[in-house]
Amino acid sequence: MLSRREFIHLCMSTAVGMSLTEYLIPIMHNAIAQSKTNKAPVIWLELGSCTGNSVSLENAVNPTLEQLLSEILDVRYHWLLNVANGEDATKALEETLEKEAGKFWLVVEGSVMTADNGRYNEVFLRNGNMVTGLDAIMDIAAKAKYVISVGDCAAFGGPSAAHPNPAGAKGVWEVVNRQVINIPGCPAHPDWMTGTFSHLLFYGVPELDSYNRPLMFFGKTIHDLCQRRQQFEDGIFADFPGGEGCLFRVGCKGPVTHADCPLRQWNHYVNWPVKAGAPCIGCASPNFPDGMMPFYNHLPDIQTPFTALNVKKIGAAMVALGTGGVATHFAVGIYKKRIHKHYVDGTKPLEVSEPETLEQAKKELEELTKQKNALLAKTRKLEANHPVRHRKWWRRKLAEIFQGKDKNED
Amino acid sequence: MTKKVIFPMTRVHEPLRVDVDIQNGKVVDATVGATLFRGFEIMMIGRDPRDAALLTQRICGICSSAHAVAATFAMQQAFRLSPTLNGQHIINLIFAADIIQNQIRHFYVLAIYDYLKGPNMPPYTPRLEGDYRLPQKLTDELMAHTKEGMLKAMRAHEMLAIFGAKIPMQQTILVTGVTEQASADRISAYLGILQELTDWVENVYLYDVAVLADYYKDYYTIGSTKGNMISYGMFPQPITGKREFPSGVIFEKGKVQPLDTSKISEDIRHSWYQDDQETRNPIEGTTVPDRNKAEAYSWIKSPRYEGYAFEGGPLARAWISGEYQRGTGVMDRIITRAQETLKICRMAQDWISQLVPGGPTLSKYAVPMQGEGAGLTDAMRGPLGHWIKIKDSKIVHYQIVTPTAWTFSPRDNQGKRGPVEESLLDTPVANTEDLIEIGRVIRSFDPCFTCAVHTIDAPEHKPPMTL
Ligand code: SF4
Ligand code: SF4
Repeated sequence: MLSRREFIHLCMSTAVGMSLTEYLIPIMHNAIAQSKTNKAPVIWLELGSCTGNSVSLENAVNPTLEQLLSEILDVRYHWLLNVANGEDATKALEETLEKEAGKFWLVVEGSVMTADNGRYNEVFLRNGNMVTGLDAIMDIAAKAKYVISVGDCAAFGGPSAAHPNPAGAKGVWEVVNRQVINIPGCPAHPDWMTGTFSHLLFYGVPELDSYNRPLMFFGKTIHDLCQRRQQFEDGIFADFPGGEGCLFRVGCKGPVTHADCPLRQWNHYVNWPVKAGAPCIGCASPNFPDGMMPFYNHLPDIQTPFTALNVKKIGAAMVALGTGGVATHFAVGIYKKRIHKHYVDGTKPLEVSEPETLEQAKKELEELTKQKNALLAKTRKLEANHPVRHRKWWRRKLAEIFQGKDKNED
Repeated sequence: MTKKVIFPMTRVHEPLRVDVDIQNGKVVDATVGATLFRGFEIMMIGRDPRDAALLTQRICGICSSAHAVAATFAMQQAFRLSPTLNGQHIINLIFAADIIQNQIRHFYVLAIYDYLKGPNMPPYTPRLEGDYRLPQKLTDELMAHTKEGMLKAMRAHEMLAIFGAKIPMQQTILVTGVTEQASADRISAYLGILQELTDWVENVYLYDVAVLADYYKDYYTIGSTKGNMISYGMFPQPITGKREFPSGVIFEKGKVQPLDTSKISEDIRHSWYQDDQETRNPIEGTTVPDRNKAEAYSWIKSPRYEGYAFEGGPLARAWISGEYQRGTGVMDRIITRAQETLKICRMAQDWISQLVPGGPTLSKYAVPMQGEGAGLTDAMRGPLGHWIKIKDSKIVHYQIVTPTAWTFSPRDNQGKRGPVEESLLDTPVANTEDLIEIGRVIRSFDPCFTCAVHTIDAPEHKPPMTL
C-alpha cells in the first residue's frame, strides 16, 4: 500500500501513455482484496448539467468504466448508469440514504437551479411528488460523508450560471452549509476525479486550496507548466490561434487558471488545447465562463481590486492578477498598461454581494495582498533592470520583423 | 386502466418523465416531458460571436462537437467565410469521431441492458424483470463486447482529441478551420485508431446488433411511428459544400422531398412557456418561462413541419438516403445507428486521405460588424440548427433548435403527439411493475435532454437554405 506521500507523488507525476486511473486500479484492487478498505457507496446526483463529467469519467478508464465501478466506487445511484427505471432506481437512492447515512459520498454534477424555488430542475419522485434538485441536494448533502462537486457547474456555477443566469444556477457550496470538495474543469479531467476519489478512500480529504480544490491537481497554473512558456518569456506571441508562439495575445487564460493540463493532457495523453494551438479558456477557473470571456481576447486589466471584502470580487481580481506561483512577467505587462480592458457587455459584471464565508474571504485577501506585494517588488526590480528589458524588447522586435508580424499592440 | 409514471427515466441523458396509461396489456396513451431548464440562448446575447462555438458546446457534454459544428456553420454564413480545404475535412473528422463515440456508447452503455442482464452489482442491480431472451452463451459474449465497447468509445474520443485537443468540449474548431496542424504524425495517429474502430464496428458492433435483432424480432414493429422523417444533412465537402448525408423530409414513409425550413413552426400549448400566440413560425418566436402553466408538462417546445411531428436521427437519415427503408420500429433504429457508424468510419477514411499534410488548416479573419447566419447540420440524434445575428460585432440574437426537441416534443395545440409519444402507443406491456418495454422504445431514440430544453427564443429570420 502506498504512503500518502507516494500517492500524491503518483498523482502529480504524469507518465506518457498511461492514465492515472490505470495506475490506481491495481492499487485499489489489492487494497480491497486485502480488505484494507471498502468501496465507497456513492450517490451521483445530476442537476443542471450537460452530463459532460460523466462522459469524461467514462473516458478515464482503461480498459473499462466497469473497473472503476468494481474497484473504487460502489455507485448506487447514477441515472445514466442505473439499469432500474424510475421508482426502482430512486428506491436504491433512498435505501442508501437510510442505511449508509454518514458513510456514503455525494458526487454532484451540474449546478443547483434556484429560480422559482428550484422548479426549473426536477430530479425524481418522492411519494408521488416531484422533487427539485435544490431540495434533493439539501436533503442528501446533510447526510453524506463527503460532498464532491465535479465540473465547473457544480463547483462554481459554471456555464449554467453564465450571465444573465436565467435559471438562477449556483455552485453547490453556495447552497449547502458544509464543506464541498471542488473538482472544477469543464469537464473535469478523469484523472482529477479518480485521483481525488482514491485519496478520499485511502487517506481522507486531500489538501485543498481556498476554493476547496485538491492541491495535487490545481496547485499550479497552466502558465507555469506550459510548453509555450519559453516563447512567452522571449516575447514571441502568436497573432492568431493556431500560430507559432505563446497564445497569450489571442486570449490564453493560462496565467490565471489553476490546473495541470499541460503535463497531464487530455484523452489519454493525446493532446491539450494550447498544444493544439487553441488558447486555454480557463474552464477550471471559479470565474469560468464570464470572467474568461471573450475567449479570444487577452486578459483584462484590473487596477485596484482591494475595495471590498468580497469573495466574488476578490476572485475576479485574482483572475486579473493571476495567483499561485504566477507570472510576474504578466504582472509587469499589467503594470505597464500593455494590457487593456476587454470586458464586453454580456459577460457578468463584478457582483458586489456579501462574502459567503468570512474565513474564506479573509484568506483570499491575505493571499492576494501577499501576492500583490510580491508582484510589486518584483516589478520594481525588473523596472530598474533596464538591460534585461531591452534585450527582451529587441528579441521580440526581431522576431516580429523576421516573422513579418504587424505591431499587434492594440 | 393503469396509469404509471417513470421518473427519472434512467440511462438517458438528463431528467425525463414518462407517464403512460396501460389498458389490457397495451399502452393507450403516453406523455413525455423534460424537467430541466437552463436557457443558453439568453446567455449568448451580447457576447463575442467567436465564443459561440465554445460556449454552446457546454449545452451538451455528450454531443458537444455537434454544437461546435452548428455554431461554426452559422458563423460561416454570418461572416461570409468558408473554411480551408484541410479545415473542412478536419472539422468533419472531429465530428465523425464524436458520432462514432456516441453511437457506440449509446448501444453498449445505455441500450444493451434492456436486453441482457448485466453484472450483479450496482448500478446494474436492481434490474428490471422481463423477457431477457438471449441464451447464456450469447449473453456472455455480448457482455464481453460491452467491455470492449466502452474501450472503443474511449478510443474514438482519443481519435477526436488528436485534432480537437480535448473532449468533451473540443477546443480547436474556428470559423475557417481548426487550430491544430494537419501534420503527418497527427494524420497517421488518427488513421491508426480509425482503422481499429472500423474493423471493430464491422465485426463486433454490427454483429451484436444482428444478434439482438434476431432474438427480438417483434421490436421491428414495437415502437413504430407513422414514418415522418427529417434531416438537415451533414458533413459538407470543402468548396462545393455538398453534403455527404443529404437533407430532406419524408411524409409517412413516402417519397423524399426537399427540405424547406420556412415550413417549420413551434408550438407551446404543452410547454412551460407563455405567449399570446401558441404557434409561431420560428422566425418570430418568443419565450417566457412559466413553470405554473396548467396544461404544460415539458420544457421542450413542439417543433412541427407543415404542422406534423417528425423524427430525426440515424433512422431518418437512412430513409432519406434510401439505404434502409424497412420499417420505423425499435430494431430499425438500433440497426440503422450501427450501419451508419460503419458508413461514417469509411467516410472518415476517405477524408483523411484527402488531407494535405502540412497544408493550412485555417485562414485568418476578423469579426464583421453585422451579419446573420443559420448553421444547420444533423447531429447524432437528428437535425440541429443554430441561428445567429450579429450587430456591432456582438451577438444580438441566438437560437438553437435541437434534435431531441423534434423527437421528444410534447403534444401541440392540435393535440398531435410528438414522435416518441406516438411510438409508445400500442407497446405491449407484460408487467406493469417493470415496464421494461417502455424503456426499450424510449432508448431506441437515443434521448438527450441536455440540449433539448434550451429551445427558448426562436430565430427572427428565415435562414437561407444552402444545403
Ligand atoms: S462544468 Fe462543463 S462539463 Fe460540467 S456540467 Fe457544466 S457545462 Fe457540463
Ligand atoms: S500565456 Fe498561455 S500559451 Fe502562453 S505560456 Fe502561458 S499558458 Fe502557455
